[in-house]
Amino acid sequence: MKQIKVLGSGCAKCVKTAAVIQAIADEHGVPVNLVKETSAEVMMNYGVMSTPAVVVDEVVVHSGSIPDRKKVESWL
Amino acid sequence: MLSIFTDLADWMAYTLFGLLPGSKLGGAVHFFIEDTTKIFFLLVLMIYFIALIRASLNIEKVRDYLAGKNRFIGYFMGSIFGAITPFCSCSSIPVFLGFTSGGIPVGITMAFLLTSPLINEVAVLLLLSLVGWEITLAYVLVGLVIGIAGGMFLDLIHAERLLQPFALKAYQSANPATVAERANTPKLTAKERHEFAKHELLDILSRVWKWVFIGVGLGAALHGYVPVEWIETNLGSGQWWSVPMAVLLGIPLYSNATGVIPVMESLITKGLPIGTTLAFCMSTVAASFPEFILLKQVMTWKLLAIILALLLFSFTVMGWSLNAVSFS
Repeated sequence: MKQIKVLGSGCAKCVKTAAVIQAIADEHGVPVNLVKETSAEVMMNYGVMSTPAVVVDEVVVHSGSIPDRKKVESWL
Repeated sequence: MLSIFTDLADWMAYTLFGLLPGSKLGGAVHFFIEDTTKIFFLLVLMIYFIALIRASLNIEKVRDYLAGKNRFIGYFMGSIFGAITPFCSCSSIPVFLGFTSGGIPVGITMAFLLTSPLINEVAVLLLLSLVGWEITLAYVLVGLVIGIAGGMFLDLIHAERLLQPFALKAYQSANPATVAERANTPKLTAKERHEFAKHELLDILSRVWKWVFIGVGLGAALHGYVPVEWIETNLGSGQWWSVPMAVLLGIPLYSNATGVIPVMESLITKGLPIGTTLAFCMSTVAASFPEFILLKQVMTWKLLAIILALLLFSFTVMGWSLNAVSFS
């Protein structure tokens, strides 16, 4: 199962990013383990400086905006 | 080009509503129509284009540039970057940590973070179009000076001791080379940038529209109903306490520049001293509790208190000096 983390300090966009990913994963019937990570320390350790950022299986794949549908589908 | 909004207000207030030019109500309504239409027009343009720039701008590049710099150039450039780099307050924590873990001294990072909300593009544009270039220039210069001086002071007192332990550790063990390697975050495509800018526009407008009406409404009421003599007698530069009072008043009045600048415009035309006006504006825009609480994640309360005191102190000194200069 894919491990997906959404990094962000709890702003509206980060919440939305997580919701978008969950919705698209459900749609395709792909099981994902989605975690929202708000800890500043964790963000630092991934080297992320603009949020929301998305980490798929420990790789930072997106940073700085709500990802669009195509991009999300490519991670699943 | 912007005179079209004056014409529109002329027509609406005096022709459509049949109000008398020069009457209290006529003046207030005219002010309200002219400013709301102008501000919404400028906001839509600015937010979209700034968001486009923000989506293209790479904060990692700024960091890498600042990392290798001499301290004093660092404060200066940190402050300049803070002024020109638009970024939203919810990014301040990751930016702070990104800088700190890249080995950039806390003072330089704070020069960046202090200047960033003070000098924002929307504020500068509104100031330019509503109150003129002289005050805009004063505003920008004061913002830079506060950022630079604040940064220097924080390094002088070794503010890094007052970071949260994990942030301090990251700073001490910083190795720029490994950080640059790690921060290989993917770039956005042109279409994503447009989407981002569109989102930003709707998001920001939906949050600030009420501030525009409140700010302009207050400004219009002041404009129409508060007599010039009242401001001169009660809030003129003769009263030393009016500056610190304006600063204190500004803290709980957290709004963004969009709401405050119409009020400023009105106060200045009524003869409120420029230093007092700018002190109020900066304190409203920059010293905001929501943002301070965010910074708690990386700093101790002591450092937060120092920074808040530093800001209030510099706004007050800045207000007094500008009042002294412009009245001597």
